[in-house]
Amino acid sequence: MKAFWSEYAENRLAVVALAVVALVVAAALGAPLVTPQDPYDLANLNLMDARRPPGHVGSEGYVHWLGTDAQGRDLYSAILYGLRISLQMGVAAGAIAMAIGAGLGVVAAVSSNRVEQAIMRVVDLQLSFPAILLALVLVAVLGQGRVPLVIALVAAQYAYFARTAYGAATAERQKDYVEAARATPLRASSVILRHLLPNCLPPLIVVGTVQVANAIALEATLSFLGLGLPPTEPSLGMLIANGFQYMMSGRTWISVYPGVALIVMIVAINIVGDQLRDQFNPRLRR
Amino acid sequence: MSGPLLEVRGLRTHFATRAGVLPAVDGIDLSIDRGRILGLVGESGSGKTVTGFSILGLVDPPGRIVGGSVRFDGQELVGLDQEGLRRLRGRRIAMVFQDPMMTLNPVLSVGEQMALALRAHQDASRAEARARSRDLLGLVGIPSPEERLSAYPHQLSGGMRQRVAIAIALLHRPDLIIADEPTTALDVSIQGQILHEMRRLARETGVALVWITHDLAVVSNLADDIAVMYAGRIVETGPARDVLARPRHPYTRGLLDSVPGEAQPGSMLAQIPGSTPSLLRLPPGCSFRERCAHASAACGEMPELRALGGGAVRCHHALEATP
Amino acid sequence: MSAPLLELSGVSKRFERRPNLGERIAAALGAGPAGEVVHAVDDVSLSIAPRETLALVGESGCGKSTLGRVAAGIHAPTSGTALLAGAPLMSGGARPRKATTRVQMVFQDPFASLNPRMRVADILAEGPLAHGLVTRADAPAYVAGWLGRVGLDPSFASRYPHQFSGGQRQRVAIARALAMQPDLLVCDEPVASLDVSIQAQVLNLFVELRRDLGLTCLFISHDLGVVRHVSDRVAIMYLGRVVETGPTAEIFAAPRHPYTKALLDSVPRLRREGAADGDFRPIAGEIPSPLAPPPGCHFHPRCPVAEPRCREARPELRGVAGRQAACHLAGPG
Repeated sequence: MKAFWSEYAENRLAVVALAVVALVVAAALGAPLVTPQDPYDLANLNLMDARRPPGHVGSEGYVHWLGTDAQGRDLYSAILYGLRISLQMGVAAGAIAMAIGAGLGVVAAVSSNRVEQAIMRVVDLQLSFPAILLALVLVAVLGQGRVPLVIALVAAQYAYFARTAYGAATAERQKDYVEAARATPLRASSVILRHLLPNCLPPLIVVGTVQVANAIALEATLSFLGLGLPPTEPSLGMLIANGFQYMMSGRTWISVYPGVALIVMIVAINIVGDQLRDQFNPRLRR
Repeated sequence: MSGPLLEVRGLRTHFATRAGVLPAVDGIDLSIDRGRILGLVGESGSGKTVTGFSILGLVDPPGRIVGGSVRFDGQELVGLDQEGLRRLRGRRIAMVFQDPMMTLNPVLSVGEQMALALRAHQDASRAEARARSRDLLGLVGIPSPEERLSAYPHQLSGGMRQRVAIAIALLHRPDLIIADEPTTALDVSIQGQILHEMRRLARETGVALVWITHDLAVVSNLADDIAVMYAGRIVETGPARDVLARPRHPYTRGLLDSVPGEAQPGSMLAQIPGSTPSLLRLPPGCSFRERCAHASAACGEMPELRALGGGAVRCHHALEATP
Repeated sequence: MSAPLLELSGVSKRFERRPNLGERIAAALGAGPAGEVVHAVDDVSLSIAPRETLALVGESGCGKSTLGRVAAGIHAPTSGTALLAGAPLMSGGARPRKATTRVQMVFQDPFASLNPRMRVADILAEGPLAHGLVTRADAPAYVAGWLGRVGLDPSFASRYPHQFSGGQRQRVAIARALAMQPDLLVCDEPVASLDVSIQAQVLNLFVELRRDLGLTCLFISHDLGVVRHVSDRVAIMYLGRVVETGPTAEIFAAPRHPYTKALLDSVPRLRREGAADGDFRPIAGEIPSPLAPPPGCHFHPRCPVAEPRCREARPELRGVAGRQAACHLAGPG
């Protein structure tokens, strides 16, 4: 493990990215503690403070460092709360999609030809659909809210995990240690759980990291289109959407700051994911 | 032109790794005369492959040659610029690798690659290139060479591919061929064929050969001279006959005794205890000290490579009598 | 003469590559047969007596690895029977499973045969625990015992495979097989990936264990020197068939099959007196692809004494029990 982290630390950019991710996660989780306002409580909002530029001192007496939006929300608070939602959605969807996808992929790799073909063709079909299209359809059918959103995100993403897990499991299955386990003989479930799955994890972790970023982006897209969470709980996408109409009138901060936050978050996660991928690769090649 | 064809003095190639400096090759001396076959013998981690690469300047970062000299026909190769090395490689010094796919391009036919290799160093028309390629394929024992010219590497067996790689090495009639375990990955009968061809070619064309291997049986049937490497250094050299019949260094003796070929079946083989020390943590003094039955306090000092008989030994207690 | 421990009768193992949809369409349209069939093992009958070591020798494509895996219960034979102490190795049915733990296997590549994510202690204890050979409470002592047996420090149990050298890993692999307390050990080229000096160590370990534990072994190797050193009897294979069997010393001294003779001649042998004019007498030609073996006797295209009938009819193993050769021209006895 130590060797892993010291190798990671050699890439300065990746270290910075990891720090950014850690910081954002901490801030987002502790949002109530570090923000002056709970932007989801409509009682806190004062329309008198709406559309104020960054630095304006609001009616509550504190400085709106990033300005306010059209409903009078302190943008700094709204962004952190929004990031919190994005992270919750992204990680939850990513974890569930990984569990489902990896399970399907490994099962496909060890099963008979028919089962294998059936599973992988469905996965292929899914991969050929644009994720956003699938998510849109599901949200339209299931309605708005946290649970439908997570379902839509999981449905859009599990196929990547399935494909990765299938490839890794197919390769690992042919290795001697798996053959040795089966030859003991050990039950198929033991072989899968103790031997195959743990060795398929590295590529899955890499995919997982990037998929969290993708889920966040997808959620933001859905929210931007008004199909995410209700307008009273704006996530980053909704904040950007809300501020769109003010872009031309000079009140750019309402869209830009949430946008920057979103981009920084996604890029940071991607950089961490890239570094993990590079680190796992030469090891696997040995 | 008198003097040895290849003369290596004090060659050191070190690798800068995260865990420290790895002295893969740490001061070796070698000398090969024209038309002779040298067997460079060693186990994994001995530095024999890195030696071959160093001679040709093929060592990539994080490794680099940090000292010593390699004189080929009077010309110094260490420090030579890329263009100078390129002019030598393939034309006067050629290399054959363990994996023939390191030489062969999978997307070009055999004829195309050989023509490319030929034209790298000399002008030749397509007809001339084709004729020379065909002749060489026949020379290395490939049946129906004319047909093979249009084959792609994946259509050939491992043995065939290696022969093609050897044919490419011979294209420009080099003075020296460095062969790095070229038959290790092949079946024993194919190995026998290739050894037979290589020896015949060496005798007929007068090319000098450095055969890098861990296989003592091969070396005992092929080489004129033998150099044994251990932990980055040469521990013994000499004419093959002498080194094999009367090994002076305890490692050489141990290695020869480990081969099960002639021992009493079912008996315990004479074994060298322990294993090669990590190059990152070599003990001071003689690297073989901790595994040697003859070690003494004097072995805390690294022994010099001293001339003895027709060869040289790096040992304070060079064995004298035959077993 | 006691009953054989392992008995393979008429064992064949066929591998088929089922054609994908495109190939099946092409075949239906007349493009030729779809799919490929390899007869990796073709009607082989062998037996190993208790406490005996039989070596399987051959080059690539000869089927020795596949036959070893049939003997180890990894593959079910396509036809023929494989019996261990009189009982079938595999259970019946559509998906045969290995029905016994009394035969275990040691694999060739010490780097690939150990799960990189499991500690040595878990690797060694997994099988015995699953089959009730040891209780969870006794497992650590059991593991320590076997590590000591193979010459490793028992404290290594908490380490991961990548922390060991090749020779040490192979010892762990041997310990893993022995921890299941098998009667028959199948070793697939166990020393081929090791350096010469380490090879000697592992071979010595092998000789010692065989003696102390009374093991019966099927030893697969292409290295004739190793085979001569460790085996009581040898079976030579070529392209899926056994071409000669017999006591090791006899086969090396007086081979009867042309392939055996040619193989023994072509392998470079260490000559201590050294001579750069050592005689290489290679076998002519290449090993044919197992997908399209020559008709009749598989060896006839490369055989120096082939006759017309060698192309027509497959030679049967002939000779006295325990000393046989599959050649039309090898005289009896």
